Amino acid sequence: MIGDYTLVEFSSILAMQGFAGLILFSVFVLMALGLAIIFGQMGVINMAHGEFMILGAYVTWLCSHFVTAYVPALFPIYFFIAMALAFLASGALGMLVEWAMIRHLYKRPLDTLLATWGLSLILQQLYRSVFGAREVGVSLPDWMMGSIALTDIIEVPINGIFVMVLTMLISLGVFILMFRSAWGRRVRAVVQNRAMAGAVGINTKKVDRVTFGLGCGVAGVAGSAFTMIGSTGPTAGQLYIVDTFLVVVFGGAASLIGTIASAFTISQAQSTMEFFMSGSMAKVLTLLTVVGILMLRPEGLFTLKMRR
Amino acid sequence: MQQANPASTPRDFLLSVEGLTVSFDGFKAVNDLSFYVDENEIRVIIGPNGAGKTTVLDLICGRTTATEGSIRFRDKELTRMKEHEIVHAGVGRKFQNPSIYEDLTVFENLELSFPRGRGVFGALAFKRDKEVIDRVEEIAEMIFLRDQLKTEAAILSHGQKQWLEIGMLLIQSPELLMLDEPVAGMSVSERVKTAELLHQIIKDHSVIVIEHDMKFVQDIAHRVTVMHQGKVLSEGSMDHVQHDPKVIEVYLGH
Amino acid sequence: MNATLYTRREWIALAVLAALILIVFPATMDIFRLNLVGKYLTYAFVAAGLVLCWGHGGILSLGQGIFFGLGGYCMAMFLKLEASSPENTAIQSTPGIPDFMDWNQVTELPFWWIPFKSFPFTLAAVIVVPVVFAYIIGAAMFKRRVGGVYFAIITQAIAAILTILIIGQQGYTGGVNGITDLRTLLGWDIRTDSAKFILYFVNAALLIVVLLLGQAVRVSKFGRLLIAMRDKEDRVRFSGYSVADFKIFIFCLAAAFSAIGGAMFTLQVGFMSPSFVGIVPSIEMVIFAAVGGRLSLFGAVYGALIVNWAKTSFSESFPELWLFAMGGLFIAVVMAFPNGLAGLFRSHVEPLLAKLTRKSPPPPAPDATPAEAVKLAAE
Repeated sequence: MIGDYTLVEFSSILAMQGFAGLILFSVFVLMALGLAIIFGQMGVINMAHGEFMILGAYVTWLCSHFVTAYVPALFPIYFFIAMALAFLASGALGMLVEWAMIRHLYKRPLDTLLATWGLSLILQQLYRSVFGAREVGVSLPDWMMGSIALTDIIEVPINGIFVMVLTMLISLGVFILMFRSAWGRRVRAVVQNRAMAGAVGINTKKVDRVTFGLGCGVAGVAGSAFTMIGSTGPTAGQLYIVDTFLVVVFGGAASLIGTIASAFTISQAQSTMEFFMSGSMAKVLTLLTVVGILMLRPEGLFTLKMRR
Repeated sequence: MQQANPASTPRDFLLSVEGLTVSFDGFKAVNDLSFYVDENEIRVIIGPNGAGKTTVLDLICGRTTATEGSIRFRDKELTRMKEHEIVHAGVGRKFQNPSIYEDLTVFENLELSFPRGRGVFGALAFKRDKEVIDRVEEIAEMIFLRDQLKTEAAILSHGQKQWLEIGMLLIQSPELLMLDEPVAGMSVSERVKTAELLHQIIKDHSVIVIEHDMKFVQDIAHRVTVMHQGKVLSEGSMDHVQHDPKVIEVYLGH
Repeated sequence: MNATLYTRREWIALAVLAALILIVFPATMDIFRLNLVGKYLTYAFVAAGLVLCWGHGGILSLGQGIFFGLGGYCMAMFLKLEASSPENTAIQSTPGIPDFMDWNQVTELPFWWIPFKSFPFTLAAVIVVPVVFAYIIGAAMFKRRVGGVYFAIITQAIAAILTILIIGQQGYTGGVNGITDLRTLLGWDIRTDSAKFILYFVNAALLIVVLLLGQAVRVSKFGRLLIAMRDKEDRVRFSGYSVADFKIFIFCLAAAFSAIGGAMFTLQVGFMSPSFVGIVPSIEMVIFAAVGGRLSLFGAVYGALIVNWAKTSFSESFPELWLFAMGGLFIAVVMAFPNGLAGLFRSHVEPLLAKLTRKSPPPPAPDATPAEAVKLAAE
């Protein structure tokens, strides 16, 4: 007996709490992946990252309406179409922003931060003007509804599992793109030595633009996945931006594995603590711990010792 | 803390580096390095790229922390000290690329290096009195920038920036100056003037110089230390190291 | 050479600014508007701190709301306790404690509230609490050489944490509504027009003192070291300075400025709430400094005035447009005029003035319109 619960009940609650943590983990990973590409590889702080994600969510929402109205036959699989469109929309907007704004600011990281914050305000208001201030939700296809019962007490929702699988696939895709493809090699070459990369014939400006676009595109996919587990409003992106930055910095900015590991640690810590105390205190304690650790180990958890 | 064995320093050297090792993730950039610098000596460190020359200067001035070994300067162990304390002890460091404050004037650049008011409140209370002005002008004269005192440092020529940084070291009155490639990117006439400046400096300072320009090295060096793969390959007069077969092998062999 | 605090031009700028906030505004505005301007001016304290810390020192803090809030909350706690006398709160189940505590079933004043019954303690706490907090953050980060964007993100995270904490612990902090219904300061009713009028002048005078202090730091060797650190931190370190100490000091000074602003905000507006602490208000404070000109202390005042004035009038009439305008402002001060109004004044107005004053040299008239005065006074 633990408190008012039997051991079985208690472990089941822990397991469910752990599963809730896994969904939070998926959201963190999806948001952090795009950010880690942009911040880790380019050193650019994109404060509008959340808004790129929300763009993906709105695209998915539009897509669900369009499909329901005109091609209901496609409804069961519309999510896959929506995700592709979300990737394209956010990625295209990202490349536009890189061209108009970011490329002029590569040597002024603090200014980039302020400018992208301005961009995030504009995008938020734009969403509010176009889609309204109310939160919107998409309708899920039948196969994604309901839950699977693992034991008598433990039930896991299917949409949660789907998002997790999706997260794994996207992470894997990003990993392969960055570390196993010719294009990823080019990006890393530019990160390590811009002048040299330029000298051996890599179009560094194009690499910058595509990298930024890719990071934003992944954010769009994250937003699309986000609609499966929650509703979307114009300011939803801002809610997660600080957490996500902490995830990326905590993991060590240049390491994708680190990002995933840190997303896991933070989300599990938070959802486990939520069982013992109020949600806000759990978040305060989690964030304080992360900030505390970052103060002791500013380079993050997974950074190689660098030769300065 | 007092690691250096007094028996191993038979004479009173200004600087004794002994068993110095630093490793970055297993790669030993400097490996069991020992050398000694006398008072009023110009020591030139040469060696191929990646030999660990700049790392040695980084270790002495505290920019990089040693994995093992000791660096004794007079009676102080530098490996345990913070950068600014090492400066207070009397070691000045010039960087490879001219590192000056571009937004400030030549006068202000020199003034900021004047060794007074180095604490927070000292800096708030600092007064630009006659002593400071005289000293700044004296140094400016030495580094050929007497007429540029009011010039913003950003618009100096590359060579003048190098001199300015040397001047910023001199005004600190260090006992040991460490210069990383002071004539890189200089014209021939600027090199001659820099050599002249160095000869003037060693009247009351010791100097460690990293340099690639052999003609310049020949012109200024008392002793030369040749580094290769983090170790001392050869040491002695310029003539000696030039005829050392190990050195020839490294420079010309492969 | 550096014995003088201001050049002649800067003295004129200071005179214009002082005349504007001490004479022109009080003479031309009703008490409602004046109180509003007084509120805007409390942000100028924060902006002035950012000019030193960010503009000169290159340390971008996205958490100045923390210090503004801490200063404001310290003052609000004192005023709240005074407003919660047992007679005033007789209808509560526990009389003599703040109403929000009573609502949240708190039956005893928490121990850390008790010292705030003393006014001298409160005055000290307004400065000391934020400065100690800034010292802890600064020492932890700067000693480990954390700077740039990392510092910005960490300060932002701390601002977020503090907001969540204040909102979550509503029994002790008043929660999302903040500490409201403040009435008297040592028996003096701060809600009356005359009190608001007097507080406006106290605030304006304090602001001028802070500007003078800031200028004293700026023209000292410390000020030049800040610029030097921003450009070549290593060179400063290897010239024998402990860079971390200097950064900690300027960060604490900026925190102290913000805290004074926060306390004056509470006094003039009559409440304090978490909406002045978090991420959004903190980053908006940066824009005040940026619009005025990140290197200009006087510019910070005009930046705070203009942006807040615009915010109030926009949000009244076109609330949708305001976020567009604000967003555009962020982008514009970064990309188009990085030195803000002060920079524009230097490049455009000053040459014009020089041309005019060659014939007639009198200083600019003190009754210049705000827009002109901005350009005049930005250094």
